[in-house]
Amino acid sequence: MESLPVGSQSPPIRVLVAKAGLDGHDRGVKIVARALRDAGMEVIYTGLHRTPAQIVDAAVQEDVDAVGISLLSGAHMTVFPEVIRLLTELGVAQDICLIGGGVMPDKDVDTLTAMGVAAILGQDTPPDVIVETVRRLVAERRRAASAAGRK
Amino acid sequence: MTKTAMQKELVERVREGQPLAIARMISRVESGAPGVVEEIAELYAASGRAHVVGVTGAPGSGKSTLVSALTTCLRRRGESVGVLAIDPSSPFSGGAFLGDRIRMQDHAGDQGVFIRSMASRGALGGLSRATADATAVLDAAGKDYVVIETVGVGQGEVDIARAAHTTIVLSIPGTGDDVQAVKAGVLEIADIHVVNKADREGANRAIIDLRGMLRLSLAGAPGGWAPPVIPTVAASGDGIDELVQSMQAHFRALVSSGELERRERAMAAARVTSIAQALVVDRFRSYESGRRFTSLIDEVYRRELDPFSAANALLRPSA
Repeated sequence: MESLPVGSQSPPIRVLVAKAGLDGHDRGVKIVARALRDAGMEVIYTGLHRTPAQIVDAAVQEDVDAVGISLLSGAHMTVFPEVIRLLTELGVAQDICLIGGGVMPDKDVDTLTAMGVAAILGQDTPPDVIVETVRRLVAERRRAASAAGRK
Repeated sequence: MTKTAMQKELVERVREGQPLAIARMISRVESGAPGVVEEIAELYAASGRAHVVGVTGAPGSGKSTLVSALTTCLRRRGESVGVLAIDPSSPFSGGAFLGDRIRMQDHAGDQGVFIRSMASRGALGGLSRATADATAVLDAAGKDYVVIETVGVGQGEVDIARAAHTTIVLSIPGTGDDVQAVKAGVLEIADIHVVNKADREGANRAIIDLRGMLRLSLAGAPGGWAPPVIPTVAASGDGIDELVQSMQAHFRALVSSGELERRERAMAAARVTSIAQALVVDRFRSYESGRRFTSLIDEVYRRELDPFSAANALLRPSA
């Protein structure tokens, strides 16, 4: 075992990817996890059938920069507002960026974005666009957090 | 708020056991954030209460499931638990897929459990560089038990033995004969052997082989503790009560035999040595770009100087 690395470059981006509710289709989320991993990020996968509370609990303990929730079941208008509510309640909504993926109607995408979901990446988003989006959003949050002295 | 006031507040919140503060502190330890050394100094002084348990074994042997079952059992006994689950970082991209939480979902919402996934970030001994400090963080946060799950190991990753009071080594049926059981390495560091997936064919053979190997050991175990072999089925919880009792018995044996002090001294020595090595390497890196290093390498390359003399010259304070 070695020790604390002395002096720090920017720490790796940590992302929690999750499947919420009664939705067992996890091929997409695994491909996303793999793409993020290959881009040098630390990806925590929670497994299937999680509740918003379980997802937020894990996101807090893992101190992630971003949470990506994949939904193909149509439950996005229930899951995302609840996740946002919990993140806000814990005071981490501004530090953890919330990203949605999967299949959802355009008008819902607008509503969710207005609620505070940082990005919705539909099912046809190429992996490199996903990677770039996560990098950009996290860099923005980290800059804002460090300017406000939160990290 | 000034920097030091913020640090003090963070340390205070860690000691109160606030999940957000613990999480942030572990990230600071992992990245070597500026000022983290002072924070660790305070937390280290407040640690030393927890029973640190290591769980190691081959990939797929059921470590995460076992850790989850252990946690459930400890919670039923009213103990609080911190878990550090380590998975490997990619040597190519530096990224990691941390999947240990998948098997640990029963504890969401339980304030008495804190689970953190850590990437090995290039460390090769089955842990990550920050594991020992993260253990101190969870200990100082008041967790009664800190359970460390190593990366899936082969035969030689034994760092966990210098990071935990009690080391549990998992085996599964059908992965080798009695000759495997005699080999040096991971099996030697077990304070407790677990044969997991014991409902599978070949479980009795695995148990018999391990017990046979243990009987061959000539020297008694330190502190008079004879490592037991416990069959479990982590997924159903079978054997977990017995395992927890054995963990607790092992800790009592460490205390009563005085082996605890010897072990904690060895843990401290390992820790200080590794930090000192890192500091030396760091200083060395600052030479690396220097002319002194380059000229020594030139001499070694031309065979005018041997590598040992060059390394010694490098470590001597420059004239």
